[in-house]
Amino acid sequence: MDNSPIIEIEKLVKKFPMGRGEFTALNGIDLRFKQGEFAGLIGPSGSGKTTLLNIIGSLDVPSSGTAVVMGRTIENLTARESAKLRKESLGFIFQSYNLLAVHTVYENVEFPLLLLNYTASERKKMVSDALEWVGLTEKIKSKPPQLSGGECQRVAIARAMVKRPSLVLADEPTANLDTANSHNILKTMETLNRELKTTFLFATHDDKVISYLRRKIFLLDGKVDKEEITSN
Amino acid sequence: MIKFLIKGLIRDKSRSRIPLIVVSLGVMLTVLLHAYLKGFMGDTIETNARFSTGHVKVMTKAYSENSDQKPNDLALLNASAIRDQLGKQFPQLDWAERIEFGGLIDVPDSNGETRSQGPAFGIGLDLLTQGTRESERLNLVKSLVRGNMPKKQGEILISDEFAKKLRINPGDRITFIGSTMNNSMTIYNLTLSGTISFGNEILDRGAIITDLQDARNALDMQDATSEILGFFRDGFYNNKSALSIAATFSSTYKSNNDDFAPVMLTLSQQGSMGQYVKMSDYWANYIALVFIIAMSLVLWNAGLLGGLRRYGEFGVRLAMGEEKGHVFRTLIYESILIGIAGSVAGTLAGLFFAWLIQKYGIDISGMMKGSTLMMPSVIRAQITPSDYYLGFIPGLVSTVVGTMLSGTGIYRRQTARLFRELEA
Ligand SMILES: Nc1ncnc2c1ncn2[C@@H]1O[C@H](COP(=O)(O)OP(=O)(O)OP(=O)(O)O)[C@@H](O)[C@H]1O
Ligand SMILES: [Mg+2]
Repeated sequence: MDNSPIIEIEKLVKKFPMGRGEFTALNGIDLRFKQGEFAGLIGPSGSGKTTLLNIIGSLDVPSSGTAVVMGRTIENLTARESAKLRKESLGFIFQSYNLLAVHTVYENVEFPLLLLNYTASERKKMVSDALEWVGLTEKIKSKPPQLSGGECQRVAIARAMVKRPSLVLADEPTANLDTANSHNILKTMETLNRELKTTFLFATHDDKVISYLRRKIFLLDGKVDKEEITSN
Repeated sequence: MIKFLIKGLIRDKSRSRIPLIVVSLGVMLTVLLHAYLKGFMGDTIETNARFSTGHVKVMTKAYSENSDQKPNDLALLNASAIRDQLGKQFPQLDWAERIEFGGLIDVPDSNGETRSQGPAFGIGLDLLTQGTRESERLNLVKSLVRGNMPKKQGEILISDEFAKKLRINPGDRITFIGSTMNNSMTIYNLTLSGTISFGNEILDRGAIITDLQDARNALDMQDATSEILGFFRDGFYNNKSALSIAATFSSTYKSNNDDFAPVMLTLSQQGSMGQYVKMSDYWANYIALVFIIAMSLVLWNAGLLGGLRRYGEFGVRLAMGEEKGHVFRTLIYESILIGIAGSVAGTLAGLFFAWLIQKYGIDISGMMKGSTLMMPSVIRAQITPSDYYLGFIPGLVSTVVGTMLSGTGIYRRQTARLFRELEA
């Protein structure tokens, strides 16, 4: 398991209809990721980072080429199968947090577990574990509008991590955070990566994020420009 | 999951409050309008019943076939025996004999010469017997303009307009000229006791009201009657019961094929009243339909606005691995809850206002001037059992349809696009 790749991407092309023609957002990507990586897609705006992340997250499908995530071929999945993949194995962290505003911190974090068949007591234990990881046990009853940006993003991390997915996809997770908060949540994710062996894949152009990455993949105009691996 | 959704529904006011208000208002209007129209049409039916058709009417077969001409030569004989028999067989109805007749009213001057004259349309009904409900039925006391109700044989009421045209006043003597049921001429002297206003053009033009016995004397109709009207003792016309009573009656008399055999017609079997009765039933459905369509459009729009706001939420839920169908279904369940809650609230409010109109009525006598239909001058709503559930049809259907229409956005859009709309 440890040696077989968690993500395998070959000759991946993604085109979007644009006006009368097409716009090629991803133009022949070949990439592999192993379990436990802490990697990031880096590139200027419009280079295709989010597009690639969406395909890996089975929120979108390739125009050609193939993407295999945890043994499942994204372009062949039915809507139900891709929902199942997301439900069981993937966690998402978004730039704009995307928390449910009328629900408490506890309920937001509990939500992914409601889709899986955990009992109420199991859920309770898992939610408090996840909130402990991100240091938010005190704000359990607060609602997102009452939290700071950093706190919101920590709730989002807890929500992505609560079911202990194999892979977490984080799209610009620090874009709305100040420096201190950015380091704070990056350290949290790094710790979770080490302790739970969760694979993290970022999309970012933030230097703070880049400094934590152990593998940096530079995208330019829908292609992999270069790669750097830092071992530490 | 259900708890989670209900919490969201209750806490998110734009998700619950706005649709709830729209649904309650629409349901309230549906119920109110239905009860109001039912009352209006019911009152119109009732007015016609009281003045002419009864809830059911017994005549001879021959009379019923020419009833427009009021052919009293075809009147029912042995009227009191038939009426007693009807009273025994159908005690749920109050039976009343009526004689309708036409003729001329002649007003003599002091020398006995004609001073003025006019054609009259007469109704002879029981005004003097102890316990008769006829004058109450036609609301005669309240309709008096001048003079008094007849207190003894030989006194009559005339429509105020007609009396003015004839230039007569209460206390004046008049002469009725017409033909008896045996088609010989009759001249009968009467005293005007009072004038009345019916609020209906046809009657106000030339109606006279006499006691039944005076009509019998004048027309030589001893123990005969044009019609025997039956009225449900519990008030409103009920087409189903009326039809079944008429069927029972005609099966009793079916062996008798004689032209003078009695036949019974329900209100709905007389003239255009049948259509009116049917219409008063269909109306309910039309109102419900109109409200379903109008409210669906409003809720569709409200749903679109709310839905746009919620695409972020849907996107998150889909990203967490919830299936599109499940998101869509929970949206529908939410709308069913709202639909039920709104329908309950709207029905209660609608019933309350309908009850107010039923109790106090709305005076429309000013608007009814010149009407040739017999219409009531005060409209009262009538709450019927269907008002308790009718509102649920637009309330539920339109909420669900509106939600479905706006919810299809979940399917039309790519999952990834749901976020894009949120981030923009
Ligand atoms: N659904 C879509 N339809 C049309 N064009 C799209 C769509 N999604 C993305 N694109 C285009 O594809 C290109 C890559 O977009 P993408 O969102 O992947 O960039 P990005 O690297 O994430 O940029 P940023 O750093 O600004 O988030 C952009 O030019 C974008 O306009
Ligand atoms: Mg992006």
